[in-house]
Amino acid sequence: LDSRLPLVDRSDGTKDSESFTAAAARDQFQEELVIRPLHSGDIYASFQFRTLWDIDFLQERQKVSHYRLFPKSLGQVLSKFSVRELHISFTQGFWRTMQWGQPFIPSPPGAELWVWFHDTVSDVDGNWKELTNVLSGIFCASLNFIDLTNTVQPSASFKPLGLGNATDHRFLRYATLPREIVCTENLTPWKKLLPCGSKAGLSVLLKSEKLFHSSFHSQAVHIRPVCQDEQCTSKAWELRQTLNVVFDLYTSSQGKKEWSLFKMFSRTLTEACPLATSSKIYVDITDNPELFELNPVTPLLSQAVVLGDRRTYSVFDLTRAETFGQLCSLNLLLRWKGDSGMNVFDGCDMLRPLLHAERYVAGFGLQTGEIHTVIYNNHPYRAFPVLLMDSVPWYLQLYIHTLTVTSKSRDNKPSYIHYQPAKDRHRPHLLEMLIQLPPHSMTEVTVQFERALLKWTEYTPDPNHGFYVGSSVVSALVPSMVAMNTNFTQDQPLFSSFVPVKEESSYFVRVYTEPLLVNLPTPDFSMPYNVICLTCTVVAVGYGSFYNLLTRTFQVDEPSLPLEKRLANLIRRIRGVPLLA
Amino acid sequence: MDYYNLMRIFAFIHLLVSIPHGYSNYVETKAGQFFSSGHTNNWAVLVCTSRFWFNYRHVANTLSVYRSVKRLGIPDSHIVLMLADDMACNYRNPKPATVFSHKNMELNVYGDDVEVDYRGYEVTVENFLRVLTGRLPPSTPRSKRLLSDDRSNILIYLTGHGGNGFLKFQDSEEISNMELADAFEQMWQKRRYNELLFIIDTCQGASMYERFYSPNLMALASSQVGEDSLSHQPDLAIGVHLMDKYTFYLLEFLEEVHPASQANMNDLFKVCPQSQCVSTPGHRTDLFQRDPGSVLITDFFGSVRKVEITKDTINLTSPVEPPIQRSGSGDIQIESLTYVDQLPVAEIIHQKPKQKDWHPPDGFILGLWTLILLVFFQTYGIKHLKHIF
Repeated sequence: LDSRLPLVDRSDGTKDSESFTAAAARDQFQEELVIRPLHSGDIYASFQFRTLWDIDFLQERQKVSHYRLFPKSLGQVLSKFSVRELHISFTQGFWRTMQWGQPFIPSPPGAELWVWFHDTVSDVDGNWKELTNVLSGIFCASLNFIDLTNTVQPSASFKPLGLGNATDHRFLRYATLPREIVCTENLTPWKKLLPCGSKAGLSVLLKSEKLFHSSFHSQAVHIRPVCQDEQCTSKAWELRQTLNVVFDLYTSSQGKKEWSLFKMFSRTLTEACPLATSSKIYVDITDNPELFELNPVTPLLSQAVVLGDRRTYSVFDLTRAETFGQLCSLNLLLRWKGDSGMNVFDGCDMLRPLLHAERYVAGFGLQTGEIHTVIYNNHPYRAFPVLLMDSVPWYLQLYIHTLTVTSKSRDNKPSYIHYQPAKDRHRPHLLEMLIQLPPHSMTEVTVQFERALLKWTEYTPDPNHGFYVGSSVVSALVPSMVAMNTNFTQDQPLFSSFVPVKEESSYFVRVYTEPLLVNLPTPDFSMPYNVICLTCTVVAVGYGSFYNLLTRTFQVDEPSLPLEKRLANLIRRIRGVPLLA
Repeated sequence: MDYYNLMRIFAFIHLLVSIPHGYSNYVETKAGQFFSSGHTNNWAVLVCTSRFWFNYRHVANTLSVYRSVKRLGIPDSHIVLMLADDMACNYRNPKPATVFSHKNMELNVYGDDVEVDYRGYEVTVENFLRVLTGRLPPSTPRSKRLLSDDRSNILIYLTGHGGNGFLKFQDSEEISNMELADAFEQMWQKRRYNELLFIIDTCQGASMYERFYSPNLMALASSQVGEDSLSHQPDLAIGVHLMDKYTFYLLEFLEEVHPASQANMNDLFKVCPQSQCVSTPGHRTDLFQRDPGSVLITDFFGSVRKVEITKDTINLTSPVEPPIQRSGSGDIQIESLTYVDQLPVAEIIHQKPKQKDWHPPDGFILGLWTLILLVFFQTYGIKHLKHIF
């Protein structure tokens, strides 16, 4: 909270103002919520909070000390580690592309962090290690488990999403922690980064008891340099905090196809964030009026082309007082029409996602196995290339000579392969391939592996749970049915301006597969104790008996005499006479 | 009569003189109290050492102490909370993002504002001892450090499964009472605490404080050596036991405490007698220098700030608006910046391969060995071959 108060300038006014920068009027904040009902009856809500700041951290002359809307903790991290772009996401659950379509911001299960450093950095690995530690303190997550054994340096994937021209992949680092748990302790510091905290605006809806009782929950922070205006002559820093959540029909709504803000978030809206220049709610009504009805109806409509499809949205502008109506509170209500029983929707009603990927482990036993990655191209007549990136930990030793890529049961040779083998306990495997997917086909990538035996101190406290392998990443430029918008305007809705669009005929999409859970051969950790007990017993019994056999002698033991005979013996001894028996 | 009047006047004058004297005494005693408690800041280290869903009660124990400590004033920056497993967002939890302490889901001790510093696999004996002694790697963030000084009162709370002389961490390692005593001695020698209150809720908990030998330590345990600490009540909807008996009654006691309360340690020793707890709670005060009756509960559980009231007004100057600086200098050529192409297929296919390790050119080694053999045979001649073979 201190960072929001203006600091008193101490330097005298005559010197030119190179030692501090004015930030009072140069950052702006926008917030937005998109509600998209899904065909299965679930509902998808996507929050985006964007802070735009016209400053350049990396310019040597300017020392930034005046933070207003941009959080100070992140600003200091960016300048200390010379970060050009930072993307971190925490996800609970898996995004089901075939049932829910494409998300606005994709993310893999667990935690994912990828960072582009600036070219002036000399020791990228050192900066990466310190950055993960600092972020683990900011977000209350175990990001300090990211080290060289699970960090990779992709050579073609994860190009920067912000401004820039030179892309030397030596400055990129990518790591994922599939086991990372997301709970309220990650949401609390994430909410504290917002300018209005959790007190006003759309962030009052972020109640953890409802958000975590869902099929999918993902919160992310994306920082990158963007164009300040349409001419794009100067850079501005953009911080986007996104939260995607999919509420399940049966757990959150008890099977009734009726959704409202109160039911989803246990809260209604009363005001917009006073620090926001724009605060809007978009409800996807492209399938209205056949599917559902929306209350309260608003005259504001907007059309946007997003993810290759033209969708119509009802817009609720929270900065206008009349949105809240008589009761000073806004509660949107979506009620499904028609029968509330089982719905039967075939693929024609929903735009079938053009790109979809799956991954699983085949084989049996605890020695070998096979990883299968299956990529589906559902476009009826267009082929397009995809970039598949696989990062496999070192304890699954891949046999790359068994790598096969087949499409439509024919061999499909990738046009680019980059493979970096693993080094035990130092580096994971990295496999990147550019594969051309034929239209309306299924491509399968298989590779065999062998499981390694870890040292007994390297096992986790619950090794029988298994070990996780991070998701594969499939990046592609998918041909679009509708012309995409390549102009960059300030009043574009946030959900359509996340990924920069370079050409009209295709849009960029990233699909994550499931993470894998493999069992490694696990020793029985109680065995050292059992072995010691058993060995000591055997040695004691065996050696003891042997020793007795060798050294035991038998002696005749005289029975003890009664008292009078002992006295008589004593007297006889004095007399020197032979003793009694 | 005169004498009587004289005496009255004399007594009256004496009274008048002694009032300011008494008043200054009163001020002095109050000032003395102001500086007597000895500590200027409060820290808390709360550790739950058990993993797996059926140890839900240990996480609930730790979170209820966390809740009380936060309520009584210690901020998150001064609390190091270590939870070995996640119960709130565990897939077995029928109400996600909640941890309950009372059955019928009456009290959610997890809440909406919780910051866990060490979680999951990070809760190890090594990390716990490093936090206590302050010997952490340099890149550890501040929220994971115990930055106490010699005027800090620290509360340490441990819960989990234990035995005679040890406490089990995550079902895979143990900390012994000697290690703990040595850690406290290291803290004392480095002046990392002013006074320390140690509470442990495990089976045979009293064995953990038997070996302490550093000054200014007070310890409480939920059971004596040879006794088991028992859990309190199960919740049929969640399916596990929610709290341990000792911490349950400790929580009930602490709910009555507010930041200005004058409850002292003797009341804390009476929490959960054998009739309620079945085990006999124990305590140890021989290493503590003050009398436990004069030690307030809020000395350890709360962060009572001393407030100084002043009646003078302070003028705040209005903030100076710095002049808005134009970005960049004028002589840099302004050119349009562009976004990077996300999937430049042509560029990727023709990408130069990364620098590999240097190998000598092909055939070099073969040629080198041929040269050596040729020189050898030329020097020594073929007639010497029979000496070799």
